[in-house]
This record gives sequence, C-alpha cells and structure tokens, in this order.
Amino acid sequence: MSVLELRALEKHYGRIQAVNGFDLKSEEGELLAILGPSGSGKSTLMRMIAGLEKPSSGDILLDGQSVLGIPPRDRNVAMVFQSFALYPHMSVRDNILFPLVSRKVPKSQHQAKLDEVTRILEVDDLLDRRPTRLSGGQQQKVALARALVRDPELFVFDEPLSSLDAQIRSQARAELRELHDRTRITTLYVTHDQLEALGLADRVAVINKGRLHQVGTPRELYNDPADLFVAGFIGNPPMNLLPLDEHTVAGLRPEHLRLHADAPDGDYVLDMQVAIEHVEYLGSEWLGYGTVQSGLADIDQQRQHVVARLPASIEPRFSPGEQWRFVGARADVRLFDRASGERKASQAGVAA
Amino acid sequence: MFLSLARKTGFYGGIGFLTLFAILPVLWAFLTIFKTSGDLYSIGISPFFFDEPPTLSNLVFLFTRTNFPTFLWNSAIVGVCVVAITLLLAVPAAFALARLTGRWGEHSGMAIFLVYLIPPSLLFIPMYQIVVWLGVANSIWSLVIVLPTITIPFCTWLLLGFFRSVPRTLDEAALLDGCGQFTAFRKVVLPQVYPGIGACAVFAFSLSLGNYIYAATFINASAARNISAGVPTELIRGDVFYWPELMAATLVVAIPLAIAYGLFFNYLVGGFKNAT
Repeated sequence: MSVLELRALEKHYGRIQAVNGFDLKSEEGELLAILGPSGSGKSTLMRMIAGLEKPSSGDILLDGQSVLGIPPRDRNVAMVFQSFALYPHMSVRDNILFPLVSRKVPKSQHQAKLDEVTRILEVDDLLDRRPTRLSGGQQQKVALARALVRDPELFVFDEPLSSLDAQIRSQARAELRELHDRTRITTLYVTHDQLEALGLADRVAVINKGRLHQVGTPRELYNDPADLFVAGFIGNPPMNLLPLDEHTVAGLRPEHLRLHADAPDGDYVLDMQVAIEHVEYLGSEWLGYGTVQSGLADIDQQRQHVVARLPASIEPRFSPGEQWRFVGARADVRLFDRASGERKASQAGVAA
Repeated sequence: MFLSLARKTGFYGGIGFLTLFAILPVLWAFLTIFKTSGDLYSIGISPFFFDEPPTLSNLVFLFTRTNFPTFLWNSAIVGVCVVAITLLLAVPAAFALARLTGRWGEHSGMAIFLVYLIPPSLLFIPMYQIVVWLGVANSIWSLVIVLPTITIPFCTWLLLGFFRSVPRTLDEAALLDGCGQFTAFRKVVLPQVYPGIGACAVFAFSLSLGNYIYAATFINASAARNISAGVPTELIRGDVFYWPELMAATLVVAIPLAIAYGLFFNYLVGGFKNAT
C-alpha cells in the first residue's frame, strides 16, 4: 500500500501542452479514478507515472520518494493496458510468471505466487493456453494476474474494461472492485467512462485539457461540481446550465427541474416557462426535453434547452407542444461564475 | 446448377493451365538431367519422353569432373555469411525505425527501399574499386562484403512492416514487467517477428545465390567462384553447352529454394503490406 503524489506535473510535446500543472495526492490503498474525455491528457499522465514518459517538469512521488529518473522496471508500478498487452508467444502461465522471471525472483517462489494469483482471479484452468485463444474477459483476468503476481506498490489501469463486450462489463467492474478490496493496492484507474469512474472509485479526479478540475468522491462530484466543466461532464444527461444574469450561470440536475404545479410554494432561484419538445420513456425514468421561453437572462440571444427527469412511476403530465412552468429550488441550484467557470462560493447575494 | 458446374470447370481448368505453364519448363529441365546425349540431340523426339534408358552419368560428371561442388560450397558460405550480416544489421535497424515516430520515422521505410532500386549494373564499378582497396578481390569475401549492400535495405524495409505490426504496448508491458530495453526487445518483440526474420533469411540467401554481376566481375579464379558465375563459365565451353549438367546445376539449387519460398510466401506478402 502506497501513496502516490503528483506535484506541479507538466508535460508538453513541442507547443502542445498535454499535462498542465497537475497536483494530486492519493490516499493509502485508495482506488482513484482519473476521468476525462479523450485527449484530456489522462494517458500521458498515466504513462509518466509508469515511467514510460518523462515529465517536462514537476515531480512524481511514491511514498514520499521521488521516482523521477527511475526506469519503469525498477518502479514497481504494474499496469493493465487497454489492449491487455499479453505476450502472444507465451502460454498464460509464462505470461503470469514473466514479471517474476525478469525480476529474477528465485524459482522456488514461482509456484506459490502463481497459485496465489490464479486462485484469486480464477484462471487456474487457462494456464496452458495461448492468450490468443482466450475471450476478452479471460484475457483481462490474465492481465490482472500478471500485474498482481509481483506485489506492485501501485496499480495503473488504462481503460481496462473498454475492450470488453458490454454484457460482461458491469460484471468485470464488480470483480475489479472486489479485487481491489481484497488486495488494497493503491490503484489509479484511468477512464473516459463516468459510469466506470463513479461506480468503481473511492475518489475521482476529473481532468480536461491537461488540467485537473476537481477531485472528490463520486457524490461530491455529482452534488457539488467545482466548475462548469465538471457540471457539464458528470451525469447523464448532465446538469442544465442556464444563464441567470450577466455574471452567473445556474446549474440544475434534470431530476431537480420540477413542475411549479407540483410544488407551488418554495424558495425558487429558477422560474421559467418551458415549451416541451419531446418526452422519452427509458424504462426506469422519463426524460422531458424542452426550450426555455422566458424566465432567464437573455444573454446569448439563444434558445436554452433543458432536460427534466422523472422516475418511471410518475406519469409525466406534460406532453410535446405544451408550455409549462418549471422551477428550480435554491437548495438544488448550483451557481457558477460565467467568466471563469468557477463555482460561486455561496448562494447568497443572488437575486431570485 | 449447370452454371456453377461450368464456373467450377473454368476455375479449375484455369488453375490447371497456369500450373502446367509454370511447371513445364522445370519438368523439361528435370527430365533433361537424365538423358543421354543421343536422346537429347535426336530431332523429332518429344523432350518429355525417353527414347533411350535414363542415366545418372550426367549428375556424376557434374559432381566429380567439374568444379561444381566448389561452387556449391562457395555459394553456401557466401549465402550464410550474407544472411548473418544482413539480419545482424537489418533487425535492429528495422526495430528502431518502426518505433521512431513523426514525419521522419514514418517515411524512412520508403527511403530505404528506394536504395534497393539502384541497379547493381551501375554500382559494380565503384564497388569493385572498394573491393580491390580492401584486398578481397578474387575471393568469395568480396561477395560477403558487397552483397549486404543490396540485402540490408530490402530486409530492413521488409522487417519494418513486421515490427510495425507489433503493438507498442507489448514493449511497454515488458518494460513495466521488469525488462530493460534490450531484454524487452529480445524476449517479447523479437519472437513476434520470427516469421519475418525467416522470410528475410530466405530472401537474402536467394539474392546472394542469384546475383550474377558482382560474382562475375569481382572474381576470376575458378576455385573462388560461386554457382551463379561459376556454372555458366564452367559448363558452357565455347559453343559447347553441357545441357544436362547445366539443368542439374540449376535444379539442385532452385528446388530447395522454391520450397523455402513456398513456406514463407504468406509472411513475405504480409511484410510487404505492412511496410509501405
């Protein structure tokens, strides 16, 4: 169990800034997800931590010790690649034992380690097969076994679920979490899929364009996004972001956008006439899409679109073509600075 | 039903014709080896039938009364040395180029291949000067030194395709698993391109066998000649052609090579596809 710390980490390729002043500290034995859209710099970040890429400046520390200048083979960081990167010319057994062989671990210990990880990952019956003969899920388990066999200080997962079929992905997610709870190895989980990050991680670091936007528990990210990027990125559909006045944007989750008729009394920050465009039934919920007709600051001369979410048990009263009065309660609305995108510290001082 | 039958007949008929087209000259050569001179030169007799009983005397003559065994031996030494030198230099070069990124790295493969297109008939004069200067003229070592100038660029280009098809994450996984750069290359990347290396070995070997211009210009002494230059000079004396011996000398080399090419053909084509 180790603590990973990044200090003012930067990486640029020529003029392209891939990672831009990154400060982040993991907790011991934590599963920390790095979440960002593609091209956000998360791969570069991960490769620098593994030692495959040299930072332009800044520092990477493992347990308080800088690992800069230490080649990957001496870092004891194990990585599970998106493609799993199993060695096709070796049997599963030799794949799993490879880290021990190349680290010159005495042969007498091999069998015990092999038994241990194959039992945890349930790959005992695959040992004599070639990786090319395995299904995606089996390959993933072998890749995990290979990473686990040498007791790494830090696990780095690079989108390990994205090459699996959709059907087994949620099961694999649960197994990953189970594995982590069992081994308690500090894990960095890099993904672009918020469902994976929120569902799996203890904490999530949201990054975009090489910059860290927010680190927090999945709940914190969802309930209290630190800025407009996080607000617009987390949640599906994401927050409704609506201009309140010249300096303020109001963020409201779709499930908090309510009909005024359902709750006529309350302290409302948002109060709008919305033209319903269409309504979707998604099994567990309804989504209503509409455009705001009035009630907002008219800043961009642009129609604002909003989404409302209702549980499936409540039949929506609105239907396409109608106009309804929708409201957002002060407790539910998050306010952001329009220019900087930063969250406004307090809800006070805003005229309703 | 009728149409599919007609298509099948056409298909296999075509294949049969092409096969025959390719194999007839070889068959002719093969049968010639075992013919007596009388049978060979009598006009009006099909070359594919024996009028007189077949004989082994031509083969015996070739191996006992000519320098052919020496040529064979020289060709083998040259071939093995050329293959060794080629692989030793082309494998690391191709790996380095395959892992090189940016505009430079991605186009260098083509540039290297272009070198291969410069004809030896243009190069043999300056090469001869170098060979003399090195003091290896008139010995097989002149070929060992000069032939890699053709085989290395081509094999580098061919191997480039093979190395490019090995995902970079494989090297990286090996680095993280505790290998240094070289061990990662040797234990993980290299085994993925064994077919390519085999294809290169076959190609370099056959090229060293087939090259005539260097072999004929650099070497005069009969004892230092290899097959490609030795056979035409030794078995064609003036206007006397030792046809059965010529055919035997050719097929002894050509048939094993054809089999080797057949085994590696798919790998060769795969390499061509990935290299460009």
